[in-house]
Amino acid sequence: MSLSINNLFGLEGVPKEDINQIFDTAFSFREVLEREVKKVPTLKGITIVNLFFEPSTRTKNSFALAEKRLSADTVNFSASSSSLKKGESLKDTVQNLCAMKLDVVVMRHSVPGSVRMLSKFVDAVVINAGDGTHEHPTQALLDMMSLKEKFGKIEDLNIAIIGDIKHSRVARSNIYGLKTMGANIKICGPPTFMPADVEALGVDYTYDIDEALNFADAVNVLRIQKERQGSGLLPSMREYRQEFGLTKERMNNLENKVTILHPGPMNRQIEIDSEVADGENSIILEQVLNGVAIRMAVLFLLSGNR
Amino acid sequence: MVLLLEWLFYFYFLVIGKLWYEFQRFVRLSKRLDKLIPEIMMKKSDLKGKVLLQGGKVVNPSSDSIQKQDILLDDGKIALVEQEIEEEKADKVIELTDRVIAPGFIDIHTHLREPGQEDSETIRSGAQAALAGGFTQICCMPNTIPPISTEGDVLFVKNKAQNLEVKVHPVASITKGRAGKELSEFSELVEAGAVAFSDDGSPVESSQIMRNALEYSKIVDRPIVNHSVDQDLKNGGIINEGKVSAQTGLNGNPPIAEEIMVQRDLKIAEFTDAKLHIPHVTTKGAVELIRQAKERGVKVSAEATPHHLSLTEEYLKTFDTRGKVAPPLREEKDQQALIQGLKDGTIDVIATDHAPHTYNKKETTLDLAAYGMIGMESAFGLMMDNLVNKNELSILELVKKFTINPAQIMELDICRFQPGEKAEFTIFDENEWWVFNEESVYSKSKNTPFFGTEMTGRVKKVIIGDRVIEIY
Repeated sequence: MSLSINNLFGLEGVPKEDINQIFDTAFSFREVLEREVKKVPTLKGITIVNLFFEPSTRTKNSFALAEKRLSADTVNFSASSSSLKKGESLKDTVQNLCAMKLDVVVMRHSVPGSVRMLSKFVDAVVINAGDGTHEHPTQALLDMMSLKEKFGKIEDLNIAIIGDIKHSRVARSNIYGLKTMGANIKICGPPTFMPADVEALGVDYTYDIDEALNFADAVNVLRIQKERQGSGLLPSMREYRQEFGLTKERMNNLENKVTILHPGPMNRQIEIDSEVADGENSIILEQVLNGVAIRMAVLFLLSGNR
Repeated sequence: MVLLLEWLFYFYFLVIGKLWYEFQRFVRLSKRLDKLIPEIMMKKSDLKGKVLLQGGKVVNPSSDSIQKQDILLDDGKIALVEQEIEEEKADKVIELTDRVIAPGFIDIHTHLREPGQEDSETIRSGAQAALAGGFTQICCMPNTIPPISTEGDVLFVKNKAQNLEVKVHPVASITKGRAGKELSEFSELVEAGAVAFSDDGSPVESSQIMRNALEYSKIVDRPIVNHSVDQDLKNGGIINEGKVSAQTGLNGNPPIAEEIMVQRDLKIAEFTDAKLHIPHVTTKGAVELIRQAKERGVKVSAEATPHHLSLTEEYLKTFDTRGKVAPPLREEKDQQALIQGLKDGTIDVIATDHAPHTYNKKETTLDLAAYGMIGMESAFGLMMDNLVNKNELSILELVKKFTINPAQIMELDICRFQPGEKAEFTIFDENEWWVFNEESVYSKSKNTPFFGTEMTGRVKKVIIGDRVIEIY
């Protein structure tokens, strides 16, 4: 029982069998998380470093919890406490850490491809916890796991992804993963938030949110980064909410029931109204719990490969 | 009995130990020999007296001809060029059957990093790299530290290069210190030996300064070479904006950033009736704009690099920083347009944009990695494979892109195979199959994605005056 991949850089190119195996393992870890004693000794003696060169609360805590539940030893490293500020190069930082004999590196960085690049310098399993605007594979895995939990399958589901597609690692990983699993995908957002060569992603796209919502069984709502306002890409957050927000009115007018996912943290009343986020069709909190289970599964399966 | 056993035991260890030691020494020595090979891959020697180059095929772009001809040299000067010359006339015969003799190649776009970044390259090491690639004359760009901006800077380069076989022609900066504000002293710089002007690495952003530069350049009649990119539209992009940027999330530099700058410069050149040279053209749109300008009679010339003719943006899917160049690797359709441009004469020159960087400048994340790759050693082999062997250009056409065309743009002399001229030849084997690897590189830096690439067509010898350089 092992995966065909040795590291998790992204979901592009990861085969269906691997993804299914991660789901199966994650569902069994989900059961562990429902128990009274939530800890298993599976990764006892394995040392994991969490390298976060970019601020993160959710992903970092989710990984940290997954590691604790598996009884691994962990070291945390974040950019603010590092010698990166003293001008040490990234390569030196990572090589120094790994010279201390670590087994797994969980890494987040602001530059696409940085995780893959650094894996060349270290003799450890490398897991991408988000590399800039490239991929965020564990997020997409937990999104898909939540869909599988809700619908019992992923194949042939209609999924809409709405928001800043161009700058979103969550969108990219979801697109690659969902395509592999056989879902139908439609992406939606303002043209300035679409990649120049949008056809290269191999999915349908629309600038009309109502079209996307009418198509979808489930919709993954991306977070709008407030710093984008003033970048010239958007006139205002107000206009974004009117054109692309999941407003209460818009959702009430829909004939079909649409399941709501959001990778968090949410900008309530911008991309999503509170009534929708907290409503009966939202599985946002299930996503958070599944996040721990998915990360346990990925850590377990990849360290098993070592 | 016990003593005897003990003795045998010691003997055994002594002999085996000694043998083991010798074996280890042999391994160490052979490893050291391996490292020495690059030193003996290029052999330089004198070519005094009467030397006959026999049986070679002479490609002469000045007379548009390829024919089998013998050449007799007398102390590095051409004495006789004829169909067949008797061996008795010479003291020494160099057999060149199945070899092609061309004028020495010229690379009008290199970065030699001296002064300022001698850890990446020096004028001397860059000149070695040039010889290995068959180049006998190179132009070096002024984005050094400090930039080549004054008479003293130009003389520094000339002085460093004076005892080398390769002729090094400095390109001086368009604006003082490459700052984009005031024009450099064009006429004094040309007097000192500058052949053209460029702020390469960055564009002249102000249209007014560009207009002044082109207008003022008419007193020296030398080309202005502007790195064509609209920085505003580039918007920090590090790879081409297209399919791969969509798939990888890497920040894209759109083709229009290049094309808008090319069009601006063409319009100013047309308006001022001055000489413009457009370096490293990469997009289909830019090729089209230059083609139209040439039809209108604008005094424009253009170059393309071997790497843009050999790789596309697909290379960046691996996030390999060796594929990070400026302008970025583009799409297949752009590459096809460049080839079409070479065929119909829109693009005059193949120039390498040889850009050495130490490995630590490349072993980092894509945003921080330096732009550029080395190119002189691999240029000819790559172009033989991607253009001649794919029947896009003939040998004569390719040689023109490497010799007479760059010579005309930068007003340099090339060998016309006339008696009385100084010999300056690049001799290559159009059929030799070889693998480009680290041993092929003479540059101080090794930043190229082409290691392991198989090529057919290889430079074998360079003759400059009474010196012959053999490349193995």
